[in-house]
Amino acid sequence: MSQPQDFRTGDTPLPDVVILTHKLTRDYDMGSEIVHALRGVSFQIRRNEYVAVMGPSGSGKSTLMNVIGCLDTPSAGEYWLNSQKVSDLSDDELAHIRNKEIGFVFQTFNLLPRASALHNVELPLIYAGAAAKVRRERAAEALTSVGLGDRMDHKPNELSGGQRQRVAIARALVNRPSILLADEPTGNLDSATSSEIMDVFATLHGQGQTVVMVTHEADIAAHAKRVVTLRDGLIATDQARAA
Amino acid sequence: MHLFDAVRLALQQIRAQKLKSGFSLIGVFIGVMFLIAVVSVVQGMNRYMTDKFAGTLLGVNTFRLRQFPDVQLGNVTDSTWRVWQRRPRISYDDALAVMHGLNVPVVSAWESSTRATLSAGRRQATGIEVTAATEQYFDIRSLKIELGRPFTAEEARSGLPVAVLGFELAAKLFEGQDPLGREVKIFEVPYRVIGVVEKQGNLFGLSLDKFVVTPAGAPVKRYVNPPRVVDALAVKATTQADMREAMSQAEAIMRSRRHLRPREGDTFALETADEVLDFWSKISRVLFVALPGLVAISLVVGGIVIMNIMLMAVAERTREIGIRKALGARRRDILRQFLVEAVTLATVGAAAGVGTGIALAGLIAAISPLPASVAPWSIAVGVLLGGGVGVVAGVYPASRAARLDPIAALRFET
Repeated sequence: MSQPQDFRTGDTPLPDVVILTHKLTRDYDMGSEIVHALRGVSFQIRRNEYVAVMGPSGSGKSTLMNVIGCLDTPSAGEYWLNSQKVSDLSDDELAHIRNKEIGFVFQTFNLLPRASALHNVELPLIYAGAAAKVRRERAAEALTSVGLGDRMDHKPNELSGGQRQRVAIARALVNRPSILLADEPTGNLDSATSSEIMDVFATLHGQGQTVVMVTHEADIAAHAKRVVTLRDGLIATDQARAA
Repeated sequence: MHLFDAVRLALQQIRAQKLKSGFSLIGVFIGVMFLIAVVSVVQGMNRYMTDKFAGTLLGVNTFRLRQFPDVQLGNVTDSTWRVWQRRPRISYDDALAVMHGLNVPVVSAWESSTRATLSAGRRQATGIEVTAATEQYFDIRSLKIELGRPFTAEEARSGLPVAVLGFELAAKLFEGQDPLGREVKIFEVPYRVIGVVEKQGNLFGLSLDKFVVTPAGAPVKRYVNPPRVVDALAVKATTQADMREAMSQAEAIMRSRRHLRPREGDTFALETADEVLDFWSKISRVLFVALPGLVAISLVVGGIVIMNIMLMAVAERTREIGIRKALGARRRDILRQFLVEAVTLATVGAAAGVGTGIALAGLIAAISPLPASVAPWSIAVGVLLGGGVGVVAGVYPASRAARLDPIAALRFET
């Protein structure tokens, strides 16, 4: 089993490694001072792992999430996603990677308010250039798989919080991404609905989906098989949990 | 994203905010509406001037020898007017000399007109144009006989009291009856109706069908002009070149008959439809110069409004842009989305402007004497201008949207 410290600049990750970061740093120029959000994060995530990233606010977990989600680029270090080095790609190339490889689930759902559930789920397929018929079929399929086959024409404001998050999960999965990247997925949900969503995640993980979830709630992180804790821009602990 | 998806999305967006969209495209709407309406009216006038005024009233390839121009263009000063009044009138002998002196193939007719009241039985018609003319008159004015026949050369010479009526006059005097063979009285002298001229329609609201033509030698002539004097000699050639040649010959003949020295000006007028058309084209050119200015002002205003609306839309939909970017929209996808939205907005406004402009032109034609005829090119120009305004107004807001940072956009609170 290859450990993070085995990786050296110039190497390529092993085939079953979905995410590999190597000495990842991210600095923000705030004018008067430079904030070091990430100070050299190195870790690997294999296919079909279920990882929770924890840490207090200001620990750099949001920044790490943005970099892993290809919304942001590191100041230094390497980021390999699915054996492709993405740390030095252009904006449009990153957009393409986000479209193909990453399925986002956000705390605030981030659905388009005026669009139906079906259209929301279709969005990633639109940017993938899929034909209208294919889009509709695959979006309907994804919604059915999260138990919303009968709510496809509903607008987000006609759905409950749990249902909205299911729409978001369907949207995240519709393009069959390498990783499901969830940012506080239960932050806006009550505990009953939270455990429903965690059940969905568990099912997806069981089907082979790689899941990365950022959370500050220990009981939510407990659903994951491995917990990475960040502190001051560095990895503090990285523990596999007993199954 | 495909263009078709972008257009559909834009239309949804416009439908979702009907009132705001309606206000935002009003500038483009008004600009294009004016363009269509004004071009239609000018175009209609153009056709009117060439077909009716020049063609019917004055005749194609035709000139008239007169004391002074019948159609006075621009401002005629009092002194000019007095000079014109002092000129000798065109005599019957002048007309004859010119008719015989021309060596290009022409048809010619002399004519004398006045206004009079006609009666038939107990019916009367006032303000009728009464003309005594030779038989070629109908040919020169392209007047077709609808009923009966024109008078012959023989009748013109002998002055038989017969009359050919205009369509509306015939209808008024002999409502529902066959006018042929009936009697009309002009200056209390009875005439027999032998023909009715086809309907000519209106010119700026004035009927072109209220006239009567009698043979040149008929008694009417005595009431119109002094003996041996005529109003005009009309000469029609087959081509424009022949007409010019005939005109210069006529001028030479008249100058020699009046013993004018080389430096003296003509003491007569040679009038053609060209002067009228030239004058008209000057007016329409002024309109066509002023029109783009007016249209441009509303389009610029319309463009600024659309740009503002799009900037607001980008600000309001920052979160949406963030979501789209997170899901894989590239810069050019976002750029295209907002650009297409601006262009669609402007084009919808332009299309509404085209429709309303056509309706407005129709309304103007219906309630005023001004004619209107919609020019197909003005529709194309209107729609293209509208789309162009959309592109220009949309580029800046769309590029702002495209450049948004996805992380900041996702965090944006509305």
